[in-house]
Amino acid sequence: MSETQTPIPVTVLTGYLGSGKTTLLNRILSENHGKRYAVIVNEFGEIGIDNDLIVESDEEIYEMNNGCVCCTVRGDLIRVVEGLMRRPGRFDAIVVETTGLADPAPVAQTFFMDDDVRSKTKLDAVVALVDAKHLPLRLKDSREAEDQIAFADVVVINKTDLVSEDELAAVEATVRAINPAARIHHTSRAGLELSEVLDRHAFDLQRAVENDPHFLDAHDHEHDHDHECGPDCDHDHHHHDHHHHGHGGVSPIHDVTVQSISLRAGPLDPRKFFPWIEKTTQLDGPSILRLKGIIALDGDPDRYVVQGVHMIVEGDHQRPWRDDEARESRLVFIGRDLDAEKLKRTFEACQA
Amino acid sequence: MPTVAPLDLDGHCVFAGFVSDIPHFALADGTIHRLDHGQETVTAHDGLLCAVVSQTGERLLTGGEDGRVAATGPDGKTQTLAEIGRKWISAVAAGPQDAVAFATGRTAYVRFSDGTIGEFQHPRTVEDVAFAPKGMRIGVARYNGATLHFPATQMKPQDLEWAGAHTAITFSPDGKFLVTAMQENALHGWKIADGKHMRMSGYPAKVKSLSWSAKGRWLASSGAPAAIVWPFQGKDGPMGKAPVELGTRGNTTVTCVACHPSDDFVAIGYGDGMVLAARIADQKEVLLRRPGKGAITAMMWDRAGRRIAFGSEAGDCGVVDLSG
Repeated sequence: MSETQTPIPVTVLTGYLGSGKTTLLNRILSENHGKRYAVIVNEFGEIGIDNDLIVESDEEIYEMNNGCVCCTVRGDLIRVVEGLMRRPGRFDAIVVETTGLADPAPVAQTFFMDDDVRSKTKLDAVVALVDAKHLPLRLKDSREAEDQIAFADVVVINKTDLVSEDELAAVEATVRAINPAARIHHTSRAGLELSEVLDRHAFDLQRAVENDPHFLDAHDHEHDHDHECGPDCDHDHHHHDHHHHGHGGVSPIHDVTVQSISLRAGPLDPRKFFPWIEKTTQLDGPSILRLKGIIALDGDPDRYVVQGVHMIVEGDHQRPWRDDEARESRLVFIGRDLDAEKLKRTFEACQA
Repeated sequence: MPTVAPLDLDGHCVFAGFVSDIPHFALADGTIHRLDHGQETVTAHDGLLCAVVSQTGERLLTGGEDGRVAATGPDGKTQTLAEIGRKWISAVAAGPQDAVAFATGRTAYVRFSDGTIGEFQHPRTVEDVAFAPKGMRIGVARYNGATLHFPATQMKPQDLEWAGAHTAITFSPDGKFLVTAMQENALHGWKIADGKHMRMSGYPAKVKSLSWSAKGRWLASSGAPAAIVWPFQGKDGPMGKAPVELGTRGNTTVTCVACHPSDDFVAIGYGDGMVLAARIADQKEVLLRRPGKGAITAMMWDRAGRRIAFGSEAGDCGVVDLSG
């Protein structure tokens, strides 16, 4: 029965024209990785591969009833994903390539808001490609470039061979300022292991946070690393000497309007926390691009993990707290026009 | 007692019905199977997305992932009617005088019997297309409403606006009403003469199947634990009237409906593969098929109203014979 079909993972690929999406797509389609991908593109354009699993689709933003951004979906994806899922044996996963100017939120929301799509697929990760050379310019002339980074689980800073070390460090600092929770990779010609962008389980509550053990610590890192480093960095030379730099405010970096707010507290009272997160996302949903957190609930032996997109929030028990772990609640909001002081105060008021 | 002749196929059934009175089943993989003294199979597309019987009842019109529109006769011969690049053909409709309407992306097309093709561009995706019962007129479902075109003339299109995404479209058999299904679990209707709106909401799921009863007295719909049947006898359609609910189930949803060609009966297909028939007048039910492997995705009565062809998303198809 279809109900028992394993949901097909979906990777969303964002990035400006020239950021290297096509190069990455070509690699996904042509490399020998043992998996078959259905790819939904806006235009066949540059993809020089003839493959009947490449589907061209016109981006269609559909607002529901009230015009709220949180209920906006990509109508074309609903149709194409439904069509693809009628012949499920042909591929193992789906990659959605968005146009350069696309807002990633409706794409992600489609996989939560539409019942048919949600029952057959699961969003795996949002990957943003960034052109190291042109990011500063992009940020100046558009909001979308920033949104794409803010929304991403994985940011690939591409074309690093075209910039100096200093320029690259500045680009990385900018990306970090916009999104402290994402993994960051540096590449030239989109040459990274495909496993770094595919099959990430970034929206899987059981694994998302587990994959990124430092994910909420990222804002504490100094921004002048000399190596590729994300929240998941395997290197053992993190600078844990915490150069705090105005958390909760709009980043001091020029042309960045997205803010990230990292909150910490002790164990929370579930009777206070759940109504709070519900109310916060209902009221501030339009301003929240992403949220992620690990919550210690008072009297609960399990870690509770939450993640959200605008007004959509999902939460679940993940695994028991280990003895060597501090029972600490951590939550990060990435968005615009958020009242950091109020979020901090009301979050802390949820403490048991 | 109704009898069921099962036909187990492999894959999502897009169309189950009768072509020249012969049961036909079209699957998403592009194969068309017919039960004509044994099972015959042809492949019409590499990936089939939509299918409908021509108005003469003698050809199956199909649109595919291969960008083709094809017509397949009961002899299994497939003719390509149109080829529109690599884009998916997402909707197909059968018109008078062998006209065929179809859609891909933001364009609706009408192919006339002489092979000429008219093109109708829209600012947004054409989600569905339907022919009006009289005259050469099509309706297009799109974002924020519907558009009526008169493909044989130079007449200006007529826009019917209603905010939201409209994903399916159908005219009432008398041509007085136009009804669309929406992304947000509702139907919307217009009285074509004066553009008066009809809101039909309250569905827990998206409406994917619509069927008019004989003479258009009722409109049956899926998307709820029961078949929701709206009364269209009055001049203002169902406004101010409650729908009839047929075949209510507690543990599954109606996924497909098909009204009998002459009597006020509705065949109802469910998410678990069960098929019932219910009479609108007294809501009396008859079980036609027990639950199967997957949700019912396609159903159609034969012209005599004696047999129902059905198919599911899992490929377990068949023909119910009521006279058996």
